[in-house]
Amino acid sequence: MMARIFLDGPANGSGDERFAAPAKPVNLSRRRFLLGSAGVATGALVLGFGIPVGPARAQGPAAPAPKALDVPAFLEIRPDNTVRFLSPFMEGGQGAFTAMAQIVGEELDMDPAVFEVEAAPAGKVFQVMFGGTMRITGGSMSVRTSYDTMRRLGASARAMLVSAAAQRLGVGADTLTTEPGKVIHAASGRSLSYGELAEGALDMGVPEAGRISLKDPKDFRWIGKPVARIDMHAKSTGQAMYAIDSQVENMLQAAVQHAPRLGLQPGAIRNEAAVKAMPGVHSVHTLDGAVAVVAPYWWHARQAVDALDVDWQDPGESEDVRYMPADFATDAFTQHLSSQTGRGEEAETAGDSAAAFASAAKVVEGEFTSQYLHHAQLEPPSTLARFNDDGSLDLWMPNQGPEIFQAAIAAKTGLAPEKINIHSPLLGGFFGRHFQYTWGNPYPHAIALAKATGRPVKVIWSREEEFLRDPMRPMAVVKFKGALDADGWPVGLDVVSVCEGPGEGIANKRGEKLDESALEGITAKSYAIPNRRIAQLFVKNPTTLAYWRSVGNSMNDFFYESFLDEMADAGGKDPYALRLKLLEGNERLTTLLNAAVELSGGWKRGPFTAADGTRRARGIAMASPFGSEAAAVAEVSIQDGQVVVHDVWEAIDPGSIVNPAIVEAQVNSAVALGLSQVLVEGAEYEAGMPVARNFDVYQILRPEQMAKVHVKIVESGAEMGGIGEPPLPAIPPAVANAVSVLTGKRVRVMPLSKESFEA
Amino acid sequence: MKLEINGEMRELDAEPEMPLLWALRDVLGMTGTKYGCGIAQCGACSVLVDGVVTRSCVTPVGSLEGSKVSTIEAMEQDAVGQKVVEAWVKHQVPQCGYCQSGQVMAAVSLLKENAAPSEEDVRASMQNLCRCGTYNAIHAALSDLAGQENA
Repeated sequence: MMARIFLDGPANGSGDERFAAPAKPVNLSRRRFLLGSAGVATGALVLGFGIPVGPARAQGPAAPAPKALDVPAFLEIRPDNTVRFLSPFMEGGQGAFTAMAQIVGEELDMDPAVFEVEAAPAGKVFQVMFGGTMRITGGSMSVRTSYDTMRRLGASARAMLVSAAAQRLGVGADTLTTEPGKVIHAASGRSLSYGELAEGALDMGVPEAGRISLKDPKDFRWIGKPVARIDMHAKSTGQAMYAIDSQVENMLQAAVQHAPRLGLQPGAIRNEAAVKAMPGVHSVHTLDGAVAVVAPYWWHARQAVDALDVDWQDPGESEDVRYMPADFATDAFTQHLSSQTGRGEEAETAGDSAAAFASAAKVVEGEFTSQYLHHAQLEPPSTLARFNDDGSLDLWMPNQGPEIFQAAIAAKTGLAPEKINIHSPLLGGFFGRHFQYTWGNPYPHAIALAKATGRPVKVIWSREEEFLRDPMRPMAVVKFKGALDADGWPVGLDVVSVCEGPGEGIANKRGEKLDESALEGITAKSYAIPNRRIAQLFVKNPTTLAYWRSVGNSMNDFFYESFLDEMADAGGKDPYALRLKLLEGNERLTTLLNAAVELSGGWKRGPFTAADGTRRARGIAMASPFGSEAAAVAEVSIQDGQVVVHDVWEAIDPGSIVNPAIVEAQVNSAVALGLSQVLVEGAEYEAGMPVARNFDVYQILRPEQMAKVHVKIVESGAEMGGIGEPPLPAIPPAVANAVSVLTGKRVRVMPLSKESFEA
Repeated sequence: MKLEINGEMRELDAEPEMPLLWALRDVLGMTGTKYGCGIAQCGACSVLVDGVVTRSCVTPVGSLEGSKVSTIEAMEQDAVGQKVVEAWVKHQVPQCGYCQSGQVMAAVSLLKENAAPSEEDVRASMQNLCRCGTYNAIHAALSDLAGQENA
């Protein structure tokens, strides 16, 4: 399965020579900086994931052994003592490849630095999550769902190598120990490298799960340490390979022009003959909801497709498509959401909310609004499709779940899933962008064009076409009411979120149950407010919706934590003290909140005058996303009417961790996205079209807008949580709460750049 | 036409209007330089033209005859480039890595002009976008490089 044909390295000479050049077989996802050639090295130890990995499985009926050809996820120890590992999880900057190498390397006793890690192809055996039922790269789940599996995999391989050494040296396995990359017989002073033992270990049976012993965490050499990420050099020298960099022999490239509004279809192309005559053009095509031009060079295709004059047909709304009306505008839609008066469907209730409000000493109200957001990953989406002579189809595409795409493509093409090979190069950012979205992935275009031309075709969506079809983080208008008792403490909460959840948007229909992603971050908070009614009032959006880093929490904690400060102010309480009070008896969150405050040098709400003379204030907020807990303090000032965030102090408790340096990098990254959202971002529509089609109009956080980030990792020992998403949701409310203190004006709308402020 | 790229004269079968970015990526197969926006907003396509950082997505190859173009592929053969790459690895700058070719090129250009840039210089020069938010790591790497020069 590794012997896929791909041009090795940058082609030289002119395009014609390149396309005529004989292809040297290497694997696409094998990044160029890595050593080695195609396939499994001779004499390598290959271990599949079909090995018993957990007590639950070991005690149950024996799972059928995977067929050899169905075991493409493997650990390979080569004669040269390097390790190759196929990761079930994609690498997109979150450090999954390094974390996998650390975990497997720990139990294998092999330095993570000598691991070569690649993304595994689609296949049942890679579904290592939740008892072997699924595999996605999302939900901040890679490490926490596979930690035990990966440790057992490493430990099994180590046991096999030790057995092989025992046989070779003629000694008992119990007289052997290991040091990174080698087995040692201390009594005789002899040692053998794993590479030397790999071939012999092939004959060893995989040890039974019950006979594998895992390390005592106090003996960990790499887990828990700030191990360097393994892809830094490749990513600093342009050698890292992304889907957009994919090339195969005889390949053409394509650019598309989408219908200006989803639901429209191409009619006649008025200038087809003229466009066909443009430089470099191979052919012009009509697709479902788009037109395309194919050419050897993408720039030619792009020039030509932009020149196409298409008579777009509007068949009107239908159930088959998420139709975008010609008059859709985000401003008017916000008003429409705001004008809803329904009570919605209950997602969470506790106590007697009605009675709490009836007897309240004071009732606080606030309506909050969030915006649509683009993923705005820097790598525009692309897909390279190639039909092979044996009837199989190879696809190189950015994705967060190969089996999901394989199934969707099988349904679309009628090919058997095993005939569809999904290659998953590095992701140039993802943030939720690369899941299966019915109208949001370029693979249908690539498949259709490869079929039409009879040649491999790589489709790249230009940034402008991406911002036209990127499914977005949902917006919401959320109506809060808080009941305070005579002492000013919150005793009741009533929330109606007027929105469509991302799951509902992706399915293009409501499910039988509420979309949990719609309200997460308003529901399941830990504060002791005894009487609650939290509801969703569903209003369908015409835009396409998506998962976006930290999903519902990305906006819902902004609403909730901002309103919590409003309740604190109304009740005459300090927001830090209020949170401590509402968390009484919750040791984990009290510790965490105090850790964030201590990290910031002690609670200082302000406003105060900083050393440089600027007026500043601080805000505080918490969030409980994706199995982890977070608390943040932000310090802001106002410059030229706009908010400046100087420092963010964030404490995070993921239970336990694998790599503190990666955690710190992910907190920085999540803070950047959180700041981007609260300060500057927002995708707006007018007349059924996005206002921004590129980064000239669509703002993302710029370098000078980044805050200093201070991180405190708290390992409470609770069940392991996620890291990629959890640091994000506390950031927007921490900033908003600081701005409210500084300006005396409550912040209820993101992004803040829509308003002008005075300190 | 002929173009000097990374110290080598290359024969380029492309019309003068083609942006350097696409000549590099498609005609020459050098994919280290990245497409992000195509309108000189993000900086992922940054290269050096006669030592100065240039956004290749809006630079027609026809404007470059007689100029020296340097790309990310040659940075480890460049004295300043090698230092920047080392600092990027030391400070673990990249996350997804997609913008980092351009970030490295912008840093090299800055350091070639000013071996010990101040924080202000860095802020003014390092304007490329990074969606992963590696901005603080970039500043740490550059401040390390500037400090080495001052020491």
